[in-house]
Amino acid sequence: MRYEAPRSVEEAVTALAGQTGAHVLAGGTDLLVKLRSEMIAPELIVDIKRIAGMREITAEEGGWRIGAAVSGAEMGEHEGLCADWPGVVEAAELIGSTQVQGRATIAGNLCNASPAADSVPAMVAASAVARIAGPEGTRDLAVIDVPQGPGKTALGPGEFITSIFLPPRGARSGDAYLRFIPRTEMDIAVVGCGISLSLDEAGRISGARVALGAVGPKVILVEAAAEALKHRALDAGALDDLATACARAATPIDDKRGTAEFRRHVAGVLARRVAVIAEARAKGDTA
Amino acid sequence: MSRIHVTTTINDDATEFLCEAEATLLDVLRDELGLTGTKEGCGTGDCGACSVTVDGRLVCSCLMLGAEAEGREIATIEGMAEGEDLHPLQKKFIEMAALQCGICTPGFLVAAKSLLERNPDPTEEDVRYWLAGNLCRCTGYDKIIRAVLETAADMRRAS
Ligand SMILES: Cc1cc2nc3c(=O)[nH]c(=O)nc-3n(C[C@H](O)[C@H](O)[C@H](O)COP(=O)(O)OP(=O)(O)OC[C@H]3O[C@@H](n4cnc5c(N)ncnc54)[C@H](O)[C@@H]3O)c2cc1C
Ligand code: FES
Ligand code: FES
Repeated sequence: MRYEAPRSVEEAVTALAGQTGAHVLAGGTDLLVKLRSEMIAPELIVDIKRIAGMREITAEEGGWRIGAAVSGAEMGEHEGLCADWPGVVEAAELIGSTQVQGRATIAGNLCNASPAADSVPAMVAASAVARIAGPEGTRDLAVIDVPQGPGKTALGPGEFITSIFLPPRGARSGDAYLRFIPRTEMDIAVVGCGISLSLDEAGRISGARVALGAVGPKVILVEAAAEALKHRALDAGALDDLATACARAATPIDDKRGTAEFRRHVAGVLARRVAVIAEARAKGDTA
Repeated sequence: MSRIHVTTTINDDATEFLCEAEATLLDVLRDELGLTGTKEGCGTGDCGACSVTVDGRLVCSCLMLGAEAEGREIATIEGMAEGEDLHPLQKKFIEMAALQCGICTPGFLVAAKSLLERNPDPTEEDVRYWLAGNLCRCTGYDKIIRAVLETAADMRRAS
């Protein structure tokens, strides 16, 4: 195995494109585990952390561009990002322990393509967009279209994500993420739910994005939930309809961490709780 | 296969080493540099026995390649005491018997030190969450948590 730490995006693309089965290294919290368990035996590892700009969070057109090597801990320390997208930040901060937080990235979480990846439903709810560099140049792809199934992404040979863009927050809007795990820390989501809401001047929902994780082969955007909430106040009836839409949209499997029936139920329960938090944040609650 | 030449700083000392591309920082510390205070429990990021800081950030050295250490500042348990003078956390762990077999202890100490540098006045909940990635099979955690809280209180009084 060879290790390279290129200084520019172009060098990284050349290295990745020139070697079949080359792997990108960001925080390494998935990659090193796979390497050591011999799940993978790559010829080449390309460490992207030394590429200029890769470790920066920058303001762009009212939104935030998060470099592909920014760790969860660094996101949590960024005031502007926390103020605008607390749901994305809280999802990123749920990944692993303090030690894992020091390294894990949201781009790595996305590219690892685990159905249970915590930051992915939050990014999907936020309409996040991945910027991808490759042999053909640069392209932007909605985060929801990156994972294709367990362990599979839409990235082609030689391509890698250079940054994730979170759009402008917008007035009277907020987001949140919760997951269900049997413990309080250090576990894989049985169900995860990210919601971003915008309210009109009367406090009714003008736009909603509801995303579920760990209840299908990839993240699910629940369009029916968004429809059910539209132009309504987030009252008991709206919450019931939201929960029903989420339970219906979930396509979970039975496994040791939960039965399909339980997961469908929890998808609804979590969606209610997340929507309430997102609404409070949209109304200016900063807690 | 040619080995990679790495120049780095470990516990404030300029250090150079050669390593295979596959070698983790943990492998390098223990097998190449003889710094065996950093322990391997799981090798998969779950136990925290291998905790070190890199540029001041707490990480698992089992989940980082040795080659990634180039130009970074690494701090390990060996750098915690000032010569014979133990760090207040080390003293308190001994005083309050916050260890039994001791394999988890270097990781807990490095992680706890990093917490107190960021937050000199943590709540019990803060300490428990911060240390959730450090596992201990012997103590039941309570003595460890209390030792960290008491050290924090002592250090606040002293400053
Ligand atoms: C103890 C422990 C606990 C964990 N807990 C959680 C948890 O609670 N929730 C959760 O979701 N995950 C968890 N994880 C998994 C892991 O930490 C996350 O998926 C993390 O976000 C991965 O990011 P990374 O930067 O470390 O990725 P890496 O390990 O560097 O990479 C992951 C994969 O993505 C590819 N990749 C990385 N960056 C890019 C890029 N920019 N472009 C293209 N491909 C790329 C790599 O080649 C690799 O295949 C845990 C892991 C450990 C070890
Ligand atoms: S040995 Fe690194 S976390 Fe267990
Ligand atoms: S003292 Fe034995 S594992 Fe903690």
